[in-house]
Amino acid sequence: MRKGKHTYKADEDIYVAGTYSIVGPTEGKGRFGCFFDDVLENDEWECKSHEKAEIKMHKHAIEQVIARADKQRGDIDCIIGGDLLNQLVASSFAVREFEIPFVGVYSACASFGEAMSLAMFMLGRGNMRTAVCCTGSHYGAVERQFRYPLELGTQPTPASQYTVTGAGSVLLSLEGKQGTPKLTHCTIGKIVDYNVCDPNNMGAAMAPAAADTILTHLKDTGRGEDYYDYIFTGDLGKFGRETVYYLCKKEGYDLSGCLNDCGSLIYTDKQKDVQGGSGAGCSSVIFASYIYKEMCEGNMKRVLLVPTGALLSKDSSLQGESIPGIAHAVAFEV
Amino acid sequence: MDSKQYAEYIDKHGPRTNEWLTLLTAFGVGGLICMIGQAFSDVYKAVLPEAPKAMIGSLTSATMIFLGAFLTGVGIYDKIGSVAGAGSIIPITGFANSIASPAMEFRKEGIVFGLMAKMFVIAGPVIVTGIVSSVTVGFIYWVVAMIAA
Repeated sequence: MRKGKHTYKADEDIYVAGTYSIVGPTEGKGRFGCFFDDVLENDEWECKSHEKAEIKMHKHAIEQVIARADKQRGDIDCIIGGDLLNQLVASSFAVREFEIPFVGVYSACASFGEAMSLAMFMLGRGNMRTAVCCTGSHYGAVERQFRYPLELGTQPTPASQYTVTGAGSVLLSLEGKQGTPKLTHCTIGKIVDYNVCDPNNMGAAMAPAAADTILTHLKDTGRGEDYYDYIFTGDLGKFGRETVYYLCKKEGYDLSGCLNDCGSLIYTDKQKDVQGGSGAGCSSVIFASYIYKEMCEGNMKRVLLVPTGALLSKDSSLQGESIPGIAHAVAFEV
Repeated sequence: MDSKQYAEYIDKHGPRTNEWLTLLTAFGVGGLICMIGQAFSDVYKAVLPEAPKAMIGSLTSATMIFLGAFLTGVGIYDKIGSVAGAGSIIPITGFANSIASPAMEFRKEGIVFGLMAKMFVIAGPVIVTGIVSSVTVGFIYWVVAMIAA
């Protein structure tokens, strides 16, 4: 059901029936190490390339989430997946053997929000009953596609972020137990471009889009800044998070009590002195581990997840294009 | 807020490089690499007293290129680079790193279309600039010599 301008409410109860997160060793040593379901010993995971390792992570995350929700492959009506690689090779190659209908999505690092929003529209009203959303990224695979070879001796700028190695999957179902988080609303974000051209400062490029989506969601639903226990943006980094806070404050919303960012939290301060993590796997692994578990235990009751994406390619930046940002919001309640 | 005001906000509040620190580390590490090169040069001079100066220079360059490529291969040079920045990019070891690292990275796409095709993606502009500038200087030298004659 439509709410306001760009927000939609789920007509039926959509339960998060299960989640699964798998991350690389660096993320495993980070702030949420004990929350992740699986931590790899090395980035390669016995594969010949980082791309193959990412495919394996996606496949493993989908297999495990189906098993954890006590479902069979035949019960799943659709898999919605996304990643950062060209032609979505990681997520689409991962579901080759599943024989389950597949929808590939791309909103860069906001793909998880896009996948969950689409799932909300697809489930219920006599349509689908169960869907799996899975997004991920791999540091090695993303670096070579968007930046430089791994062994090149470059210096990270203070505004740069480190791509998360990991895949997070969520099984959404119309059947669920009481006390399980429910997907209640989604707000489809607009492309917002404030003419930021620095590919090393993606937090600045994405922050206006995140602020726009959060404000649209709050206005559409008529909710105040204190409605949600936490608003988690995807991968804005420390400076991006401060910028969203500033932009929202200018519009009269004080998010100081609830705004946080998955990217700026995933690593400890000692691990990375840059802005934090990024990537399509950043928000999905944090949601599938920390946020989901905290919600199940009742420590968080209302959460707004706002994965954020910077829509650039290596060539678009070289051709002088600015970096448009996008953010989709999905609301969960216990 | 329009994009101009936003750009001003980013300029004012965005994370900045600590220039003094990066300059000092670049100077320190770059200087250290040059000192190692000088040490090799002195050793070659001592071992091969009869060798011409050009040969000593070539031997030193080859040793430093080997060291740069070797440290890239064992995964150390990128760690030096993340601290030193231009200090480890500018010396000849950095040039070796810029060729060895794509060769390692793109080996997975095969010897011909991976390693060989993409080996010079980073070093290519340096080589082109080197060739163009040497041809230009050579041409000027030739014209000046003609006029002088």
